[in-house]
Amino acid sequence: MIAAVAQVQPGQPLQLPHVDWVTIGPAGIFFVGGLAMLLAGVFLRRRVPRGLWSGTTVVIAVLALWPAFHLWHQIASGGARTAIADAVVVDGFSIFIDVVIISAVVMAALLTDGYLRRENLEGTEFYVLMLFSASGGMLMASANDLIVVFLGLEILSIALYTLAGFQQRREGSQEAAIKYFVLGAFSSAFFLYGIALVYGSTGSTNLGVIADFLRTNSLTNGLLLGGFALLIVGLGFKVAAVPFHMWTPDVYQGSPTPATAFMAAVAKAAGFAALLRLFVSTFNTYRLDWQPIVWALAVLSLLVGSVLAVVQTDVKRMLAYSSIAHAGYVLVGFQTASNRGVAGALFYLFAYAFMIVGSFAVVTLVSGRGDTDASLDAFRGLSSRRPALAFVFTIFLLAQTGVPLTSGFLAKFYVISAAVEAHSYALAIIAMIAAVIAAFFYLRLIVVMYMAAPAAEGEEAAPTARIPIAVGAGMSLTIAVGFTLVVGFLPASVFDFARHATLLKL
Amino acid sequence: MTVPGAWFLTLAAILFVVGAVGLLVRRNVLVMFMCVELMLNAVNLTFVTFARMLDDIGGQVVVFFVLVVAAAEVVVGLGIIVAIFRRRAGATADDISLLRG
Amino acid sequence: MVHLVWLLPALPLAGFLLLLLSGRRLGDPRAGWLGTTMVAGSFAAAALVTAGLYLRAPEHRVVTQTLFDWIPVGGLHVPLAFRVDQLSMVMALFVTGVSTLIHLYSIGYMHGDDRYPTFFVYLNLFVFSMLMLVLADNFLVTFLGWEGVGACSYFLVSFWFERNTAAVAGKKAFVTNRVGDFGFLLGMFLIFAHFGSLDYGAVLGHAGSISSETATAIGLLLFLGAVGKSAQLPLYIWLPDAMEGPTPVSALIHAATMVTAGVFLMARINPILAHGPAAGTTIAIIGALTAFYAATIACAQDDIKKVLAYSTISQLGYMFLAVGSAAYVAAIFHMVTHAFFKALLFLGAGSVMHGMHDEQDMKRMGALRKWMPITSATFIVAWLAIAGVPPFAGFWSKDEILVNAWDKSKLLWGVGVVTALLTAYYMSRQVFLVFFGRPRWQEAADEKAPAEAEAQPEHEPAATEGATTPTGAHGDFRPHESPWTMALPLVALALLAAFGGLLNLPLNHSTEFLTKWLDPVFGSRLHEVTASTGTKWVLFAITVVLVLVGIAVAYAVYLAHRVREQEVEPAVLRHAWYFNDFVSALVSGPIRLFGAWSAYVFDRRIIDGAVNGVATLVRDTGTSVRRLQTGFVRNYALAVAGGAVLLVAFVVARTA
Repeated sequence: MIAAVAQVQPGQPLQLPHVDWVTIGPAGIFFVGGLAMLLAGVFLRRRVPRGLWSGTTVVIAVLALWPAFHLWHQIASGGARTAIADAVVVDGFSIFIDVVIISAVVMAALLTDGYLRRENLEGTEFYVLMLFSASGGMLMASANDLIVVFLGLEILSIALYTLAGFQQRREGSQEAAIKYFVLGAFSSAFFLYGIALVYGSTGSTNLGVIADFLRTNSLTNGLLLGGFALLIVGLGFKVAAVPFHMWTPDVYQGSPTPATAFMAAVAKAAGFAALLRLFVSTFNTYRLDWQPIVWALAVLSLLVGSVLAVVQTDVKRMLAYSSIAHAGYVLVGFQTASNRGVAGALFYLFAYAFMIVGSFAVVTLVSGRGDTDASLDAFRGLSSRRPALAFVFTIFLLAQTGVPLTSGFLAKFYVISAAVEAHSYALAIIAMIAAVIAAFFYLRLIVVMYMAAPAAEGEEAAPTARIPIAVGAGMSLTIAVGFTLVVGFLPASVFDFARHATLLKL
Repeated sequence: MTVPGAWFLTLAAILFVVGAVGLLVRRNVLVMFMCVELMLNAVNLTFVTFARMLDDIGGQVVVFFVLVVAAAEVVVGLGIIVAIFRRRAGATADDISLLRG
Repeated sequence: MVHLVWLLPALPLAGFLLLLLSGRRLGDPRAGWLGTTMVAGSFAAAALVTAGLYLRAPEHRVVTQTLFDWIPVGGLHVPLAFRVDQLSMVMALFVTGVSTLIHLYSIGYMHGDDRYPTFFVYLNLFVFSMLMLVLADNFLVTFLGWEGVGACSYFLVSFWFERNTAAVAGKKAFVTNRVGDFGFLLGMFLIFAHFGSLDYGAVLGHAGSISSETATAIGLLLFLGAVGKSAQLPLYIWLPDAMEGPTPVSALIHAATMVTAGVFLMARINPILAHGPAAGTTIAIIGALTAFYAATIACAQDDIKKVLAYSTISQLGYMFLAVGSAAYVAAIFHMVTHAFFKALLFLGAGSVMHGMHDEQDMKRMGALRKWMPITSATFIVAWLAIAGVPPFAGFWSKDEILVNAWDKSKLLWGVGVVTALLTAYYMSRQVFLVFFGRPRWQEAADEKAPAEAEAQPEHEPAATEGATTPTGAHGDFRPHESPWTMALPLVALALLAAFGGLLNLPLNHSTEFLTKWLDPVFGSRLHEVTASTGTKWVLFAITVVLVLVGIAVAYAVYLAHRVREQEVEPAVLRHAWYFNDFVSALVSGPIRLFGAWSAYVFDRRIIDGAVNGVATLVRDTGTSVRRLQTGFVRNYALAVAGGAVLLVAFVVARTA
């Protein structure tokens, strides 16, 4: 669009650039759908049947699948392309991330329905924010211009800040919002500065132009590399890579749990989408410069995430740290800068979205009204109170541990085998050590769930209240557990999807 | 008088660092927020300088985008701060440390 | 017939699913019968497939059956496929055979347990996973089974999760095995990186195409997996704790089948081991050390199951000694005979505990042969087999290992024969304490009853004849024989333990059935014994003499002096006394001391300490790093800014 602005000549009729709307179809449907819902919510407040907004959100998300499939077929026959004055790119990669985000939105929306009713927060706002945020994530995935990446990042983040603070009356939620907001804005400034430096050294913010420039010129000044470093800071913050991870446990713990589920899946997917597109595709010629940085972030994320998760007693917080470790695994795939690594990372993000939304869905249900208690004790003896819930959670935890026949095993398998193939043996070993450490705390949670409640001690057993499972939450859990198991058994189609979701080489 | 572009870049870098350090040392959430604005505007200055140096309009267009985004951020940020101050008056950033560990 | 191979895992899987869906409705005995029938069917299928394989021309005895494409890795697809060859069928036959017997035994043993159907759910799932492991046509499917058996083991060890120890033991098993799995996975990745495939056919057929160093690395990494799964030094610690599980589980998983998976894996990858000789030597050394070390500990245990647990570790050490000496057939042979006699020992021990109302302390048993004739007779057969008394099964397989070890290294052979002596000693000790001598359970019951009356939490599931009431153990405490479903497997296994040696009699080449059958799998990589016939006879004699010495020592220590107490034959008694003193001073003392030392100091402090130490290290690191997470926004911002400064400094340093 920037180039289009430059084309306007004085004295001529204003030539509007051709906009191929379908290329931003998925994000557009989310955005327009969100606006429509916002309006509808104003007029229909308090007079709606149960589950209407949740259902509408799901419908909007499913509608967005249609342009995604359409584009996928277009790409399969005609190849990837750029559109809207080269500001966005349509390739398998962006479609893949769109599908990941759509899946996360469907599950989170289903989960949110019962949650909002439980917390007396009914209304459209939560869903609208989710839709806006997701559209920002999709924009990041298909951006072909650093400024579009920035816009997507901000659309994603600003909505997320609000979601984090959605439970205005709870101090935890407020704290999560302010922390996320201050730190998010802080890291966005770094990101923006990174864009400025890259722009200054290459003369453009367009990724295609930058890639061309970098291929033909070899820059040795620190400006460009400094720009890389700052871009990594900004996006590393979004994906919760160590040392930019410190907001994660606090924000995940404080936010309303469905919002946590949503941000864990979507912000990570979108952040990695931007990282992969910028570095693996655009800055590929400079990979020897950025690979060591990503290597270090991966190692730190794996170890810090796993080790700190071991000492947590709050399940939400533990899952937050484990999500940091998961970011480490995706970074392992990213670090290889190979097709296999990118495919592995994509597969990981997809599988992770289902595991993590499912896990937080269980936490939403167990922690009870007001998100009051997500401690390990709240899960004690869950198997006798809600066997199905305990079983489903066990599957999610086993998947996160990386036990075969779950999607989590294959996800780890793909990224680590890509690392071995790229001769990053040390990284592969560290990744597996982290997996061993992680087995500790996932297992502890499983043991706690299956151990009988300590009612025999004479103390009154606190968590005996029945856990109601809303219909939507049940559906959400079914989708998540179904995906985790089916992909564990038959990963071929999803992995082929990830493998063909290649980045447009600029 | 001609001022070399590098001076502007250096000034922008200094402003950026001032903003960053300000955020690190101040306790008042509003002031921290202003420091972020300072950082963003330092980046804007960088963009404009580069745009002039490269003779490219793109960098200046970016500034408009950044201004819009910053405005949106202000709206949301102030909203969150107001929500917090409704519950506890005169809170500093350090008082908001319930979640830790 | 060979193409029926899919039935082998399919039947236990069907059993698993049926029991999962309708186990509760089927109820107490019927759920068990369903599970047993499925595994028996699997055994029948295994027999059919083996027969089919036998009827084929020898050069066509490797058949692969692909069910479907499982995982696409890169451009290559890993199918869910089975490999029917001589090795996999030997494994499948003994796994399904022993499993059938143990399932049958469990019908009686688990009778009355609250979660009776669940037990068979896990047991069938285990058999399914084990068959996936042995029948797999590629490393990934083997790994799938490998993890599956691990998970089942974890579930079954903590089957009585109300006991905290059981839950902890299950967790320990799982975590220790993760360490081993880590080696397995890494080995697998290396294989994939170098061969571009994970199929056994493709990898093992081209083992020569990689460098010797790579082969050694792959061999050692996979061996790390085997060390975890097969409980070798230093990862063996989970196995003794795993005895918290029900006894049939100990027999099936922790003696006969799962723990031998490591040996199987090593035999499977023999072309890689042959190509990287350093790996083989390491395996032999670890095996010999484990065999000796675990045997010394077994000498100082009083718990009837703990003795058997350490004994299993020790016998697995023998198998690895054989693998490391490239005597793969001897390893498989010992694996099979060991499955017979060790399963028998565990089931016998279970029968004893059943009859003794969950007593596990051997010091509180004695003279049980009068009350439990079938159990004691079969247990004695197993004892003779494991001790290595000719002509019982264990003798032949152990002798073959020792002859091969002699060729590999005289030192390893030395360790092996000393272990044979110790084995004979501790097993005789167990048999004498439990089945012979004076009944000591009467006074034990009296002293135990009051204690048990107030705290009666931990006991194994109710015995058949309503023996649950602990107070009933008071006055009219009588050990009793077990029902037929438990006795029949004992008898069957006893026959196998007695005559299992017939599988591979080293008389002449025509009686070495196992060697001939497995020849295509190992080919020239199998070590040919170079020792002369004369040497072999001498080694053979030494082993037998040492075994007899071991039994005699145990007799003198644990039986003879009790004869004195009953004032029967003074002459023998005096002699026994003298011998007893001599032995306790020279043999028993040091052995007991070392055993006790290794059990309580080395085992608890150092090995457990290492595992706990790592856990503590992780926890402590976590606790201290956690303090950085202050909750203050400015600290978090500082981390972001600090990270940014570091990254910028790094790239600036690169350009400078």
